[in-house]
Amino acid sequence: MSAFTLNDLITIMRRCAGELDEVQLTGDIADVPFQDLGYDSLALLEATGWIAREYAVSLPDDVVTSIETPAELVAFVNEKLDRAA
Amino acid sequence: MSIAAITGVGVVAPNGLGTAEYWSATLNGTSGIDRITRFDASSYPVQLAGEVSGFAAEAHLPSRLLPQTDHMTRMALVAADWALADAAVQPGEMPEFDMGVVTASASGGFEFGQRELENLWGRGPEYVSAYQSFAWFYAVNTGQISIRNGMRGPSGVLVSEQAGGLDALAHARRHLRKGTRLVLTGGVDSSLCPWGLTAQIPSGLLSRSTERGRAYLPFDAAAQGYVPGEGGAILVMEELEIAKAGCDRPIYGVLAGYASTFDPPPRSGRQPRLRRAIELALSDAGVVADDVDAVFADGAGVAELDRVEAAAISAVFGPYGVPVTVPKSMTGRLFSGGAALDVVAALLSIRDGVLPPTVGTGRPAPEYQLDLVTGAARPGTVRTVLVLARGYGGFNSAVVLTAPQV
Repeated sequence: MSAFTLNDLITIMRRCAGELDEVQLTGDIADVPFQDLGYDSLALLEATGWIAREYAVSLPDDVVTSIETPAELVAFVNEKLDRAA
Repeated sequence: MSIAAITGVGVVAPNGLGTAEYWSATLNGTSGIDRITRFDASSYPVQLAGEVSGFAAEAHLPSRLLPQTDHMTRMALVAADWALADAAVQPGEMPEFDMGVVTASASGGFEFGQRELENLWGRGPEYVSAYQSFAWFYAVNTGQISIRNGMRGPSGVLVSEQAGGLDALAHARRHLRKGTRLVLTGGVDSSLCPWGLTAQIPSGLLSRSTERGRAYLPFDAAAQGYVPGEGGAILVMEELEIAKAGCDRPIYGVLAGYASTFDPPPRSGRQPRLRRAIELALSDAGVVADDVDAVFADGAGVAELDRVEAAAISAVFGPYGVPVTVPKSMTGRLFSGGAALDVVAALLSIRDGVLPPTVGTGRPAPEYQLDLVTGAARPGTVRTVLVLARGYGGFNSAVVLTAPQV
């Protein structure tokens, strides 16, 4: 059981960066690049800031350029959480 | 040389959302000035403002834009949408580098900025929104309008306080002359948060009155300062021949002349330069004083500034020589949005043959020798209008608008 799920990420993305009218965060979006979901690096920076605060993990700033999809970000955050545990 | 036509307007004003609502309220003398509700201003020396009411950003904009925009940017984006719709322009159908955006700004997104600075000092840097990196910038309205509409042509922002609304239009005209096909221009501003209001109070120019109908009285002997407001207008500017080619589209009028001057330092003994701005703008438009049917005045509502403006108008047009009006008496002064909204009002006056009244002021101080439109709207032929705007610190700008040639 992951501590941080795709649903958690979607909730945070909606709250901190909103959604486009034409691209909804529904269906299987785990492997859809953030770019295609309408999120630029600034939206990701905002989201990783929220995750870092809510889950008390530290995420490096360059995560926003190295990570491309929601699945990758979820895995990365869980890895950090595991390491901290 | 190309001729700059206005083919679409979008209005967000304290006395009306959208052009039709604003214009109807303005002709009826309906004021949008009331007690500040955005925050608890009861302990502030300034209690009244022209707030835009009934504006629900989420009804007009995708949720993606809300976390990254200040209130003023949301209003600017919606005004831009309305202006484009009014001009029947689909930005997606035009080459992206043929369209530019030039807006004016006076202070930036202060409400957003205040919230994030409070986060910074109250909770720590990790609580500051990443969008603070641009959401409070002067240029943010231009940038967001450009991104939303895919307009990548020459763009910019002009910062000259209340004069900015006119300076932006003139800069848009420069871009048209250099070959840009369409420019979205104007200004929308808001500084009605504790920080924004506090920053304005030291100027000493704001009215401390709590009487809605008597707080802002341009050219009145009892003038005691102005009421701040929020909102403004975005306009679509296109080359006249291109505008004419699009059938079924309104052409509101032409930006025929413009000039700006800068005042000498206080106590220098030299004359203010507003009169010179008027003369240069008339000359740029190729018209003489007799051609001008109305003046939409800056109307500071501050005795010393009213005196300077009245003297400039009388010097150029003669005592009681031209009808003068200040529709911003119903909205308060909207900073970069004020003059852009005045330009819209002037264009609608040309369209409908009627001048909106100045409210509050019952009779202008006799020494000003002004034919001020008060009491009710004044019907009459309106083909050429002079719009004046002054920005804090010495900016003077003047624009001449003329009826579209047929």
